[in-house]
Amino acid sequence: MGEAATADGATLFEAEHVTRLFDVSGPWLRRVTNGEKQRFLRAVDDVSFTIGRGSTLALVGESGCGKSTMARLAVGLHAPSRGAIRFAGKPLAAARAEAGLRRRMNMIFQDPYASLNPRWRVARIIAEPIRAFGMLGGARAIAARVAELLVQVGLQPSDGEKFPHEFSGGQRQRISIARALSSEPEFLVCDEPTSALDVSVQAQILNLMRDLQRRLDLTYLFISHNLAVVRHMSDRLGVMYLGRIVEIGPAEEIFSVPRHPYTRMLLDAIPDLAPDRMAGGRSRVPIAGEVPSPITPPPGCSFHPRCPLANARCREERPEYMVAGATRVACHAVAEGRLPA
Amino acid sequence: MSAPATKARGGIGAHSPGPISRFLDSDLWYNFRRSPVAVIAGAVAFLCIAGALFAPWLAPHDPFNLASLSLSNSFLPPVPLAGSQWAFPLGTDDQGRDMLSAILYGGRISLVVGFCSVLFAAVVGVGTGLLAGYGGGVADAVLMRIADVQLTFPAILIALVVDGIISAALHQLHEATEIYIIVFAIGISNWPQFARTVRGSTLVERGKDYVMAARVIGISGPRIMLTHILPNVLGPVLVIATINLAVAIVTEATLSFLGVGLPPTNPSLGTLINNGNAYLFSGQWWITIFPGLALVIMVLSINLLGDWLRDALNPRLS
Amino acid sequence: MPLLEVEALSVEFPTRRGVLKALDRVSFAIRAGEVLGMVGESGAGKSLTGAAIIGLLERPGLISGGRILLEGKRIDGLPPEEMRRIRGRRIGAIFQDPLTTLDPLYTVGRQLAETMQVHLGIPGAEARRRAVDWLAQVGIPAPEERVDSYPHEFSGGMRQRVVIALALCAEPRLVIADEPTTALDVSIQAQIIALLKRLARDHGTSVMLITHDMGVIAETADRVAVMYAGRIVELGPVARVIRHPAHPYTEGLMASIPMLEERRGRLAQIEGAMPRLSAIPPGCPFSPRCPKVFARCAEERPELMPAGETEAACWFHAPALAEAAHG
Repeated sequence: MGEAATADGATLFEAEHVTRLFDVSGPWLRRVTNGEKQRFLRAVDDVSFTIGRGSTLALVGESGCGKSTMARLAVGLHAPSRGAIRFAGKPLAAARAEAGLRRRMNMIFQDPYASLNPRWRVARIIAEPIRAFGMLGGARAIAARVAELLVQVGLQPSDGEKFPHEFSGGQRQRISIARALSSEPEFLVCDEPTSALDVSVQAQILNLMRDLQRRLDLTYLFISHNLAVVRHMSDRLGVMYLGRIVEIGPAEEIFSVPRHPYTRMLLDAIPDLAPDRMAGGRSRVPIAGEVPSPITPPPGCSFHPRCPLANARCREERPEYMVAGATRVACHAVAEGRLPA
Repeated sequence: MSAPATKARGGIGAHSPGPISRFLDSDLWYNFRRSPVAVIAGAVAFLCIAGALFAPWLAPHDPFNLASLSLSNSFLPPVPLAGSQWAFPLGTDDQGRDMLSAILYGGRISLVVGFCSVLFAAVVGVGTGLLAGYGGGVADAVLMRIADVQLTFPAILIALVVDGIISAALHQLHEATEIYIIVFAIGISNWPQFARTVRGSTLVERGKDYVMAARVIGISGPRIMLTHILPNVLGPVLVIATINLAVAIVTEATLSFLGVGLPPTNPSLGTLINNGNAYLFSGQWWITIFPGLALVIMVLSINLLGDWLRDALNPRLS
Repeated sequence: MPLLEVEALSVEFPTRRGVLKALDRVSFAIRAGEVLGMVGESGAGKSLTGAAIIGLLERPGLISGGRILLEGKRIDGLPPEEMRRIRGRRIGAIFQDPLTTLDPLYTVGRQLAETMQVHLGIPGAEARRRAVDWLAQVGIPAPEERVDSYPHEFSGGMRQRVVIALALCAEPRLVIADEPTTALDVSIQAQIIALLKRLARDHGTSVMLITHDMGVIAETADRVAVMYAGRIVELGPVARVIRHPAHPYTEGLMASIPMLEERRGRLAQIEGAMPRLSAIPPGCPFSPRCPKVFARCAEERPELMPAGETEAACWFHAPALAEAAHG
């Protein structure tokens, strides 16, 4: 696979040919009496990537692409049906069984209104990881640490006594971040952390996350559907479609030279606010069609029904990865050199 | 990078209002104050409960002290009818027991039985609902089928059957343990309601991100159920418990009326009604009517309170 | 004469803790065939404005001041019966969630036909023919067959297309679209926006497009109104407002949007948060967060005043100051 390169070359997180299936068959009795076969949803399909220490890998895609499932796989909330996940060199399941390693990873969620227990005070919410991992002893030490974390995310120490419903969406995300940081993790999985926030609040949260990454040497797996946000946050980027990574590589390279047709269309579909392109509003090139159901994906390359470059081979044969520059792409058109400039 | 100690000490726990002032400031209390039905029902229920709790101090006589009873006092009508006495304002029964005192003590028993059985049903029901909702899979299927099967039978029938079986099996201990058997029987007949509601709420909460956040750091299932999910599913439980209290009191009264409930030596309102039934049409109507009225008032006020609570706790549109 | 005129519209919510002013003297106009964008963050009041215009304010909210004129006639304060006639026939609506807009029990054809029969008074067969035609116009493939499908048989993007057809089929003069693409994937958003724009142009319908997404506004709207804490703080042609915002809030907003084109070191952020309705500061509501604040801002509330090619509610552009500033 060979794309783990970072400044010091240390790989913190590794996913290797990870596949996750969900059983979406009908009820057992009906299946048996009607002779139906079991049906599986391939939420994540042969996904491989590595994340270097201190860097940010973003996974981007639209609904049904499997990025949220991948986030849950990364923290061990699901187990992969096939393939392996490794954290700090150890298999994830083993790492999570050990409190010392489990402490080093945590997660930030999308919905600020559902990610904090409404009946708990904020201080208790933030202190939960501290208590769970037995990191500090005594109420006073814990209270001091909670106050420190609140200040670190831009809130007041007195906010610890309040309940979540007394805060706005942006403030709740800050509390979530404080909770995630309280166990002093190295690795954070961020599942669309700003998608539910207003633009100006999003700016504050993204800035905060970048500051924290620099100061605490954090490694992020950043899930998002918003390419502009991803450009701002990530070092490396993987574009997902129907469970597969179709293109993965350094963010700068993918944004300047997008290769996979889906990546290109995704970039084209984003409205353009740049002043020099404004002239009455550039009309986008809408992508044809919609994302098909992940339960019955199209054969061959799953993007072919919507792809302007699809040929017979695309309809039958699933493309393998090839290297182009520092990027890996899975596309027959790219492999055959049929990509327009 | 640590904050100075003074800042931390001064900051935490400084000025957030305590639970009592939060309640007084809440929408729920405001709603209560503005609803005449709720206030009246609440006041009546409160009086019933207070009267029953403090029966030993409030009752003018002790109706169960056989030494103080005198048959010469029997069948006295209530004030202000002819032949009544102020010492026995609501009249007396066939044994000379003061009706007012009997009602106070009887109401006490009714309330205690009702309360304890609801508590029992709630604990069993909430526990089952949590397990079924959080655990899912086989546990969920089995537990909910048991609840479903039980729900096909009328609750009173189940209470009757359970009470009958246990009483028959333990007939030599019958007298002293009767109250425990009744509480158990009524509790067992009412748990499925709690279980189904809590299971539904648990399923909803289980999918929320804060539960996932706890799982990510490795908090165990039982701990998540108790500390995270339970506080969030108790809202509807309170409503069901209030309405169930009324049901439990009536169930117990029914069982006692049918003669399989509490014995006459330690009568509840139902037993009193049963006792007075024989004299209803021979002219001494007060022996059965007054306990009946007391039962109706108590149950009605609790029911109305429960109805109001259900509407008030419902997220509304306006 | 403008198609829609909103003059000093105010909406209040009486609560037990006092009266909350959710909209405070909002004024704007929409011309025939124009697309006006209302942009703002959550709580700014843009959805409320749309709801007030179309007469769907949720209790206990009420219009406490101002006028709404549709083609010169007042429509605020009309009895519910008349408002219902206007809704659909003269003002159409598109909401965010197509799943709740469409009735799950009836086929899309039936819903379209019924709307046209009620509002246009045409017979059933003609209504059905037009329903099929509308489905074709919004880009539903095989419309003659799909006209008998139920809403749940469509995908999200297709459903929203049906909703657009439903809003336009009674041939209203104005369509209010409240976050029509927010629930959709990015690639579908582009399709829906393009469709809405084209249809509005073809049928000469004005659109009031309510959204928090500046990008959608940039592509679709002719003019844009920026809302903050229940007021319009800037109003003007889209290109102008985006490229040269006159109000400090608009400036801050534009600066905080991550751009696709370059990776910035740090996103410009506006400190603080939009005030809650119960705690709107006196004078200009943005003053506590404004980098250009001065004394007058906290005392007097600015109305919209000319600022270059747009209008901004900001004392910075008051004539005397403007002269002094621009010498």
